[in-house]
Amino acid sequence: MGRYVSRRLLQMIPVFFGTTLLIFLMVNVMGDPVAGLCGDRRCDPATAARLRVEFGLDQPVWQQYATYMGNVFTGDFGTAFNGQKVTELMGTAFPVTVRLAVVAVVFEVVIGISLGVLTGLRRGRPADTGVLLVTLVVVSVPTFVTGLLLQLLLGVKWGIVAPAVSSMATVDELLVPGLVLASVSLAYVTRLTRTSVAENARADYVRTAVAKGLPRRRVVSRHLLRNSLIPVVTFIGTDVGALMGGAIVTERIFNIHGVGFQLYQGIVRQSSQTVVGFVTVLVLVFLLANLIVDLLYAVLDPRIRYA
Amino acid sequence: MRGATHAKWAACALAAALAATACGGGGNGGGGGASGVVSSSWGDPPNPLEPANTNEVQGGKVLDMLFRGLKRYDPKTGEARDWLAERIDTTDSRNFTVTLKDGWTFSNGEKVTAKSFVDAWNYGAHLKNNQRNAYFFTYIEGYDKVHPEEGEATADTLSGLKVKDDRTFTVRLTQKFSTWPETLGYNAFAPLPRAFFDDHDAWLAKPVGNGPYTVESYTRGSVMSLRKWDQYPGEDKARNDGVDLKVYTDNNIAYTDLTAGNLDLLDDVPASQLRNVRADLGDRYINTPAGIIQTLAFPYYDKRWNADGMEKVRKGLSMAINRQQITDTIFQKTRTPAKDWTSPVLKEEGGFDDGLCGDACEFDAAEAKRLVDEGGGIPGGTLRLTFNADTGSHREWVDAVCNSINNALGNDRACTGNPVGTFADFRNEITGHKMTGPFRAGWQMDYPLIQNFLQPLYYTNASSNDGKWSNEEFDRLVDEANAEAEPVRAAEKFKDAEEVVRDEMAAIPLWYQNGSAGYSDRISNVALNPFSVPVYDEITVG
Repeated sequence: MGRYVSRRLLQMIPVFFGTTLLIFLMVNVMGDPVAGLCGDRRCDPATAARLRVEFGLDQPVWQQYATYMGNVFTGDFGTAFNGQKVTELMGTAFPVTVRLAVVAVVFEVVIGISLGVLTGLRRGRPADTGVLLVTLVVVSVPTFVTGLLLQLLLGVKWGIVAPAVSSMATVDELLVPGLVLASVSLAYVTRLTRTSVAENARADYVRTAVAKGLPRRRVVSRHLLRNSLIPVVTFIGTDVGALMGGAIVTERIFNIHGVGFQLYQGIVRQSSQTVVGFVTVLVLVFLLANLIVDLLYAVLDPRIRYA
Repeated sequence: MRGATHAKWAACALAAALAATACGGGGNGGGGGASGVVSSSWGDPPNPLEPANTNEVQGGKVLDMLFRGLKRYDPKTGEARDWLAERIDTTDSRNFTVTLKDGWTFSNGEKVTAKSFVDAWNYGAHLKNNQRNAYFFTYIEGYDKVHPEEGEATADTLSGLKVKDDRTFTVRLTQKFSTWPETLGYNAFAPLPRAFFDDHDAWLAKPVGNGPYTVESYTRGSVMSLRKWDQYPGEDKARNDGVDLKVYTDNNIAYTDLTAGNLDLLDDVPASQLRNVRADLGDRYINTPAGIIQTLAFPYYDKRWNADGMEKVRKGLSMAINRQQITDTIFQKTRTPAKDWTSPVLKEEGGFDDGLCGDACEFDAAEAKRLVDEGGGIPGGTLRLTFNADTGSHREWVDAVCNSINNALGNDRACTGNPVGTFADFRNEITGHKMTGPFRAGWQMDYPLIQNFLQPLYYTNASSNDGKWSNEEFDRLVDEANAEAEPVRAAEKFKDAEEVVRDEMAAIPLWYQNGSAGYSDRISNVALNPFSVPVYDEITVG
C-alpha cells in the first residue's frame, strides 16, 4: 500500500511539470498582454517596457517558466496585473469554490445514489421509468439554461432566494448554484448507480445474503451497495476536479467570486500569472482526487489490493 | 436578501465546518443594504487604485467619490469649475500660478496643501512608478527628464513645478496651452496625502482622499463600502449615507439583481437587455450622451492609404455607412450618428458642431459609389475592417457597417470584417503598424475640451495618433488654438483644425456613445456625468 502510494506520488511529478509547462506556453501564445493595459490608447513605450520587466515578460519563455517554477516552490505565485498577489486571489477564491463543490458533491451523493438505489431495486416500475425520463431531460439541457431558468424563477419571479450570491457566498446561498452545478453529474450518478445495483441485485452473494436471512436493509447497504459503488466513486472522483475548474459558467451566472471567475478574468486580461497559478493548483487537486479514488477502491472491494 | 438574514447565522455554523473564512465581515455583504446606503454595481478595476494609474470607468467611479481636485467638471454641463483652486492665474498661457482655497483637508485630518498636489503630480509623472496616466503630465516642463521615451529617468521631480507656500504653487509648461487649467478636473491631477507615500500598501488596501466619501472597508475583487464623510468641507456633500460598490461577475446578473430588488444602481446596462429595459424599469432607465466617439481610423503608414485621391475614397466610404439604421437597430438608440469628430457633451460653446461633417457623414449610396470610383477604388479591392472580437460586441456593428458599404458600392466583396482574438493583440497590431485597412478606434475623453478630441488623435506623432496621420495645416491650427487665451476663440480655432480633418477625412466618424444606467425605486436623483460615471453624491435614498 505504502509503496503504491509513493509510486503514484512520484508519477505525479512529470504530469505536474508537463501540464504546467503546457498551460504556460498556451498563455504565452496569446501574445504580449501589456498593450492591453492602457485601454484604447498607446502605452507610452517607457512605461510599457518597465511593466514588461516587472512582470518578467522581457525574458525568453523558457527562462520565464524556470523563474516561475522556482518561485512556485517557495510559495510565490506572482502578482496579477492589478497588483494583487495571486496567492491572495487564491485565498479568497478557493474557499468559495470548495464550498460550492462540496455542496454539489453532497447533492450528487445524497440524491444521486438514493435515486439510483431506488430505481435499481424497482427496475421497470413507473418510479424507475419516471426517474430515467427526468435524468434524460437534465442531461440534455445545458447548465446555463437550467441556471438562468432557476435564477429567474426562484430569484426574480417567486423571490424565494436572492438571484445573485453575495461576496460572502455562504452555504445557504450556494444551495441553488450547487444544485445547478451538480445537476448533470447527478443524473449520471443516478443512472450509474441504477445499472450497477440492478446488475448486482441478481448476483450470487446477494442471493446468499438473502437466503441466510439477513434483514433487507443490511443486504442492500452492506452487500449490494458497497459492491455497486465502484463505478460511481470513480465518476465522482474525477468530477471533483471538473467541479472545481469547470464552474466557470455557473459562477458567472450566479455571481460567485470563485476559481472559475478568477480564471475567466485572468484569461480576458491575459494575466498569465493568475491563469497559470490557478491551473497549477487545479492540476494538483485533480491528481490527488484521482489518487484518493484509486485508494477507495480497496476500501469498497476487499478483492482489490495494492502492493 | 433581507429575509435570508436569519438563516445566515445558522448557515454560518455549517459553513464554518467547511472553511474558516465563511463568516468574515458579516455586516454589509447583503443586497438592498442599510437605509440610506446605495448599492451599486462594480467591476474589479484592472489596475491598482491610484489616481494617476486609473484609466477606466470602474476605478474612475471610486476616485470620483474619494477625491476632489483643483477643478471639478460640472456633472450636468461638463464645465470645469474651480474646486480646491481659489484661482489659477496666467499672463502668457504658459506659466500658471495656482492658489488653493483654505480649509480643505484629507479625511485623515491632514491639510491639503500645495505640496499635496506637487508630490502627487511628481509621483504620477515619474517613470519608476509605472503610472498608466503619466502622459497627462507631458505638458509640464521637465517631463522628458522624469519620464524619457527610453532609458532611465534623469531627474526625480518635474522642474516645471514649484511650491511657493502652503497654498500656492507655480507650473511652467513646455508650450503655450491656454486651456490647460480646464484639464485639471481629471482624476490624475488629484492631491495625495502623505499616507500614500509613507505606507503605500496600507493606502492601497484602504485609500484615503479628500472627497465626499471615505472608505469604510474594501475587500479587493468583491466589495468596497464607502461612507459619507461628515466633515467634508465642499458644497457637494453626499446626500446619501454611503455607497456599497459590489463586483459582479457579469453585467447580466447585476441586471437580474436590480430587477429582483437587491441592487440599487447599475451603470452600463448590458446590450442583451436593452430590448427589455423600458418594460422592466420604465423611467428608471437613463440614456445620456457621454464623451465617447467611435471612429474608423486608417493606416497612413501604408502608402496606398496615403496616396492622392484617397481622401475621396475615405469620404465615399463614410457616405456609404447608414449610421442611423445601425444605431437604431443594433444599438437600440444607445448611440447616435456622429456629425463631427467631437462629442455632444462639449455643447456648442465648447466646440461641438452638428453641422461640421455635413454631407460627408450622411448616407448617400450613389454619391458614395461615385466618390470611391473617382478616388481610384478601395486599395487591394477589399476593405478589411479590423476589430477586437473579445469585448464590446464589436462584431455586430462591423458586419452591419460592411453590409452597408457593400450594398452602397454594389459589390458584396467590397468590405469584410477582420477580427483579432484579444484586445491586447489588437493593440499590438496597431502599435506595431501592421494594419492594412481601416480599424476600430474608440475615444473616451479625458476632459471635456475640444482639444482632447483632436490633438491626441490627429496631431503629428501624438500619443493616440494610431494611424500616423500627419497634416501641417492641422498642426499649425492646433498650435494657434492652444496659444489663444480666450477659450471661445480657442474653440473656434480648434474647429478650423477639425475642418482639415473633415476635408481629408482623416478618420471616419461613426457614432457618439451614450452612457446608460438603471436604478431601483429606492433611490432618486440619479444622473450620469459626461464621463458616464454616476453622480453618486447627488443620489438620494427613500
